[in-house]
Amino acid sequence: MKRDEPSRGLTRRRFLEVGAAAGAAATLQTVTPRSLSGGPAFGTRPAVLDGREAEVEISIQEVRWAVDGRERRAVTMNGSVPGPLLRLREGTEAVIHVRNELDEPTSVHWHGLILPNGMDGVPGLNFPGIAPGETFTYRFPVQQAGTYWFHSHSGFQEQIGHFAAMIIDPAGPEPDPADREHVVILSDWTFENPHRIMARLKKHPDYYNNQRRTLGDFFADVSEQGLGATLSDRLDWGGMRMMASDVSDITGSTYTYLVNGRGPDDNWTGLFTPGERMKLRFVNAAAASFFDVRIPGLPLTIVESNGQPVAPVEVDEFRMAIGETFDVIVEPGEDRAYTLFAEAMDRSGFARATLAPSEGMEAEIPPKRERALLTMADMGHGGHAGHDMGQMEPDDAMDHAGHDMPEPEPMDHSGHDMGAMADMEHGPALRAPGTLPDDQMHGPDEHGAANAGVAMMATSRLHEAGIGLGSDGWRVLRYTDLAAREVRPNFRAPDREIELHLTGNMERYMWSIDGVHFRDAEPIEVRFGERIRLTMINDTMMNHPMHLHGMWMELENGRGDRIPRVHTVNVKPAEKISLLFDADALGPWAFHCHVLYHMDAGMFRIVHVVDPTMADQSGRHGDVA
Amino acid sequence: MSTSLLPTESAAQRPGADMPMMKPHLYTYVAFDELEWLATGDESVVEYDGEAWIGGDFHRLWVKAAGEQSTSESHGDVEFQGLYSRAITPFWNLQTGLRFDHRYGEGTGASRAHVALGLEGLAPYWFEVEAFVFLSDDADASARLEASYETLLTQRLIVESEFETNVALQDVPELGLGSGFTDVELGARMRYEFVREFAPYVGYSWSRKLGETADVIRAADGEVGGGALVIGLHVWY
Ligand SMILES: [Cu+2]
Repeated sequence: MKRDEPSRGLTRRRFLEVGAAAGAAATLQTVTPRSLSGGPAFGTRPAVLDGREAEVEISIQEVRWAVDGRERRAVTMNGSVPGPLLRLREGTEAVIHVRNELDEPTSVHWHGLILPNGMDGVPGLNFPGIAPGETFTYRFPVQQAGTYWFHSHSGFQEQIGHFAAMIIDPAGPEPDPADREHVVILSDWTFENPHRIMARLKKHPDYYNNQRRTLGDFFADVSEQGLGATLSDRLDWGGMRMMASDVSDITGSTYTYLVNGRGPDDNWTGLFTPGERMKLRFVNAAAASFFDVRIPGLPLTIVESNGQPVAPVEVDEFRMAIGETFDVIVEPGEDRAYTLFAEAMDRSGFARATLAPSEGMEAEIPPKRERALLTMADMGHGGHAGHDMGQMEPDDAMDHAGHDMPEPEPMDHSGHDMGAMADMEHGPALRAPGTLPDDQMHGPDEHGAANAGVAMMATSRLHEAGIGLGSDGWRVLRYTDLAAREVRPNFRAPDREIELHLTGNMERYMWSIDGVHFRDAEPIEVRFGERIRLTMINDTMMNHPMHLHGMWMELENGRGDRIPRVHTVNVKPAEKISLLFDADALGPWAFHCHVLYHMDAGMFRIVHVVDPTMADQSGRHGDVA
Repeated sequence: MSTSLLPTESAAQRPGADMPMMKPHLYTYVAFDELEWLATGDESVVEYDGEAWIGGDFHRLWVKAAGEQSTSESHGDVEFQGLYSRAITPFWNLQTGLRFDHRYGEGTGASRAHVALGLEGLAPYWFEVEAFVFLSDDADASARLEASYETLLTQRLIVESEFETNVALQDVPELGLGSGFTDVELGARMRYEFVREFAPYVGYSWSRKLGETADVIRAADGEVGGGALVIGLHVWY
C-alpha cells in the first residue's frame, strides 16, 4: 500500500499557497506569465507545479468553470482546467501527493510514462483508486523526457476538466532548445453531463451528427455526379446500414473546443517576440475529438512525437489523435498575430488561440472546410484505400511499397477466430521488424452481434493523412513521416505476433475488441521479456487512438531501426497496423481506445505481463514494482 | 464468446475484476413515436404508439403500448406487450413475450392474450422493421409486419413513412376478423426536431380493412377504410 499522510514532505502552508494560486487563476482566469529558473520563459499558464526538486501536491476539486462566458461544474486538479503544468526531471524520483476533495472516487494516470505498475493509476487494476478525503502518493523514477500529460482514469472525469500537461526536462541537454515555449492543450468541453451523452448515444447513435446527408445533398450529388452514380453510392451505404457522414460520434453540436481551457471566444494568447524560435508543446487531451492543427502563415517543424525526439519534419498541418503529443518549432518573424487553429476532424467546430507579440491581438480565422465523408475505402471495400478520394499526393504510391501486392495471403491469417485474443504463433517466419504490414483479407469470423462490419481488405494506411485531410494543397503530416532521431538500440525481431480486431456496432453504440466487451474478455497474457508484434485491424468505420500503458510501442512504419516510439497510435478505418513492444514491465496494464466513450463501452483490454518463474504477480493494488 | 450480464466466475478472479468497468451498465429508453390526434369524418380520435426498454447491449426488457381512444365517446382499444429482447445479429433483436389486447366501450368489450415472437431491427437501406407472429389464448394465429423509413429534408425536418399490415390465419368473429390479410395502413409524418427528443409533426394516415375482414365490416355497415390528417408529437427520453 502506498498510502501516505497528506503533509509528507510538504508543509500544509505550502500546499495552501499552491492551492490558493490555482484557485485565484480559476476564478479570474487571469494570464499569469511565469518564468521558471533553468527553463525558457513560459507563457500564460494558470499554475506550474515544479516537481523537479520537491514533492508536489495535487488536489482534486470540484469547481464552477466558465467557458466562453457560460459555467458548468468541472472536476479539476488544483481548481483549474486544465490542471497545473507539472514539471519533472529525467533521472529524479517524482513524489506526487494526490488528495481527493470530491465526493466520488478519483485517480490520476500518467499518460505515456514508464513506471512501476502500482503507480500507473488505473482504479481496480493497478491500485484501488483514491476514495473521497484520501490522499494517494505517487512515487516513481522518472526515466524519460519530453511532453506528456496526465488525467483521471475514473468515469468521465477527464471529459469535465481532470487533465493537465507534464513536461519532463532531459537529464542531459535539451534536444530542441527554443527561446520560448508554450504548452498548447487541446480539449473538448461540454455543458452536458457525460453520462447523459453516453446514454443518448446508446439510444440514438447519430444524436450528435448534424451533418447527415439530406434529400438536398442527394439532389446536389445527382446534378454533380449523375443519377446513376448517386443512387449507387446511396445504395452501397444503405445496404451496409452505415453513414458516410459518421466521422465523429460527438461533435460541435455539444462540444466547445478548448485551447488551454479557453473557448474560441476567450481566445487564449501565447506571446512571442518576432524572430524568436518558439516551441509549442501540443497535447490532445480531448475525450472524443481529433484535431487538425495549423497556424496559417507559419510552417510547423515537428521535432517530437509522443514525448520522443523525431527527425524534424516540416509540415503545414498535422492531425492529433486523442492522447497524442507533438512538439512543434515555429519561428514567427513578423510583428503580427497568428491564429492557432485546431479544427475538429468532422469540421463541426474548432479550437482557436492566438500567437501574438502582445495581448489583445487577433488574426483571421480560416473559413470552415467542407464536411468530410467516409469512402468505401474506409469500409475496407475496394482495395487501395484512399486512392479514389482524389486527395493523395503523387509521392504516396512510392512511399508505400506494400500496396502493389495484388493478392493477399489468406492462408497466413486464417487462424484468427473467436475468443478474447487471437494469438498467432507464426514461428520464425515473421516479417522483418520495422516494415509495413501486408494487406490482409478478413477471415471468416465476423465477431458476432457486437460488430457491424468487417474490413474485407485491411491495408496499411500510415502514408495517408486521414479522412478529410491532405487535399488542401499544403503539406500534412503522415505517420510514415515519423522517424526516431536516433537508431533504436536493441532493435530486434518479435518473438510472437498478437492480432486484435477493433470492432464496433455504430447502430447500437457498442465498441469492443474482437467483438468482445472488456467485461467478457480474458486478459492478453504475455511473458516477461517477450517481444511482441501487436497487429491491429480496424473493422469499424471510425478512427481509434489505441493506447498501451506502461510500455513503449514501436510503430512499424517502414523506418526500420529508426522506428518511432509511441504510447498512443491512431488506427484508421479499415487499416492494418503493427507495433512492436517489449514486455519489460510486470503486471496488468491497461490497453484501450482513448475515445473515452469507446473505452467506457468496452474497447479495452488488460495486457498482463507475467513472469512464469514467479508465483504471485497479480500486480493488483501496487504490489508489483 | 460470453454475453452474460454478470461476470463469469473465472472473470471474478482475474486482474481487473474490481474495475468499475466490470459492472454492467443499464440504459433506459422511453418513447412515444406517435402521440397524435386524428381528424376523421364524424368523430376525432387520439392514437398513441410507444415503447420503453431497460437493459444492456444484448439483453433488454421491452414494453410496447399502442391504442386509440375516441375523444367524444368512451370507446377505444389498447394493445400492450411485455417482451424480452436479445441482440442476435448486429442489426436484429429477437423478441418474445406476451401481448394483451383490450377493446372497450359500446358493448364491444373483448380481451385477448397472446404469446408473441418476432424480430425487431434495421433492414438494409435503413428500413426499421418489426415482424411478429402471435398465438392467442384461443389458439388463433396471426402475424404483423411493420416497416418505417426516414427521409431527412434537413437535419431537423424529417419525414417518416410507415407501412403496417396484419394477417389472420383464421376467422375471429368476436373481433370482426376474417382470415387472410385483415388490414393495411400507410402513413407519412413530417416532424420538426426542436431537439432530438422533442418533435411535433403533421401527417396523413390512411388505412383499409382487407378481404374477409372488410366483408364482415361492410355487412355491419361499417367503414372499411379512409384517410385522416394527423397532428402529433414524437418524443423520447
Ligand atoms: Cu475507439
